[in-house]
Amino acid sequence: MKFETPLLDQLEQGPWPSVVSDIKQEAAHRAANPNGLDYQIPQDCCEDLLGLLELSYKDMETHWKHGGIVGVFGYGGGVIGRYCDQPEMFPGVAHFHTIRVAQPSGKFYSTKFLRQLCDIWDLRGSGLTNMHGSTGDIVLIGTTTPQLEEIFYQLTHEMNNDLGGSGSNLRTPAACMGMSRCEYACYNTQDVCYQLTEDYQDELHRPAFPYKFKFKFDGCPNGCVCAMARSDFAVVGTWRDDIKIDQDAVKAYVGGEFVPNAGAHSGRDWGKFDIQAEVIDRCPTHCMSWDGQKLTIDNANCVRCMHCIDTMPRALHIGDDRGASVLCGAKAPVVDGAQMGSLLVPFVKVEQPYDELKEIIENIWDWWIEEGKNRERLGELMKRASFQKLLEVTNTEAEAFHVKEPRANPYIFFKEDEVPGGFKRDLADYRSRHQR
Amino acid sequence: MAEDKEVIIEYLKAKSKVKSKHYFKDFLELFPDKKSREVKKILSDLVKEGIVEYWSSGSTTMYGLKGYGKQEAAEEGDAEA
Repeated sequence: MKFETPLLDQLEQGPWPSVVSDIKQEAAHRAANPNGLDYQIPQDCCEDLLGLLELSYKDMETHWKHGGIVGVFGYGGGVIGRYCDQPEMFPGVAHFHTIRVAQPSGKFYSTKFLRQLCDIWDLRGSGLTNMHGSTGDIVLIGTTTPQLEEIFYQLTHEMNNDLGGSGSNLRTPAACMGMSRCEYACYNTQDVCYQLTEDYQDELHRPAFPYKFKFKFDGCPNGCVCAMARSDFAVVGTWRDDIKIDQDAVKAYVGGEFVPNAGAHSGRDWGKFDIQAEVIDRCPTHCMSWDGQKLTIDNANCVRCMHCIDTMPRALHIGDDRGASVLCGAKAPVVDGAQMGSLLVPFVKVEQPYDELKEIIENIWDWWIEEGKNRERLGELMKRASFQKLLEVTNTEAEAFHVKEPRANPYIFFKEDEVPGGFKRDLADYRSRHQR
Repeated sequence: MAEDKEVIIEYLKAKSKVKSKHYFKDFLELFPDKKSREVKKILSDLVKEGIVEYWSSGSTTMYGLKGYGKQEAAEEGDAEA
């Protein structure tokens, strides 16, 4: 290695896989060059990256500059300019841009796809990847400006794959595996994710938003893509009817015939399955009861936490009248701290061509583009302008479930058209009943 | 469309001494009667023609006249071109 890295080496000593070990492995691979590649960016870029990172730990400040003018022709996202501020010391990472690549829906890859991607990236980039970024896309870490168009051409023409979103764009939409693998999927997450990605190409690639905007699609409330925690517009599968119960299977769980959690926690002896302690008492709304023979659920009070279904999957199943809830405004901290999504639409049938969802999305965008401040997430605008305003722009009638804390704000006024007869009154009639 | 492009170019040139990168919202104010999508089309066309370019921090994107202000490896505090 070109540089001593005593501080980074400490990071390899913990119990977890280390990013430092990964970079060292790639640095050694590039130095050996077993495939005889004509590397298009400096061969020792990974060693320079380690050197730069070591210096950052030593100085306790970053040596990366922030952003720049790089991209591929016609796209306003997908490439993020990265430059280091010690280019003489670390020339291999003087220009070290990030490329975001759209992941396949549900992250289903063929080995051919992964090989093609890695072949391109070995030749034209650092060989370092992040599978996957927080948004869910493939992140290719480190290349130079002249390689960008080459990589873009190969991705699109040879792999039929697009760049992802970055900047003030719609970010690469993400979905869980949905119906392809999961019995709990309440709608076709992969299809809606793919369809909306196609329909909103302009929003993905040509920035015109105040800031980032993320869609995510979870097939059920287990939330494998964490839609309601990390997306501005979360679609989370749910059902309207009752949880289906197979009473014989419940008894089989109680009797020890079936292992709970489908054997997921079988690495340790937890003792005999206790339905009261492990299911009934864990229900957040206490809407379940077990009399020793029969399991009963008060479905009106079920909040779809999924715990009982996950614990006894052979006995309990999601209902048959399936669709999704829409939640808005989740975000990570910057302004106001982190926020979870707020429930806007409790149930919508998610069916092709997804016009109901698209109408809500487009109404929200129109409002956010008009009223949102620069660098203001939807969740922050909702907080600043009120949830009531979100209801108004999405043509949603206020319902009790929209109220987070009743009477927290005494100054919510009716509009004249919401009041029968308006605000005008017959003064003579009033005075006939009330003295001046 | 050509007139609208001129409005944007004039605005960017007039501001170029004090500000070389602009948020998308700045352009909406130039066209109060137009929808945001129409304004975006004008800007996208200017980008295609190589007159306007994107600047991105990775999280936020701004628009500027090509070649003006901070360039590729530049950032806050650097001398402007």
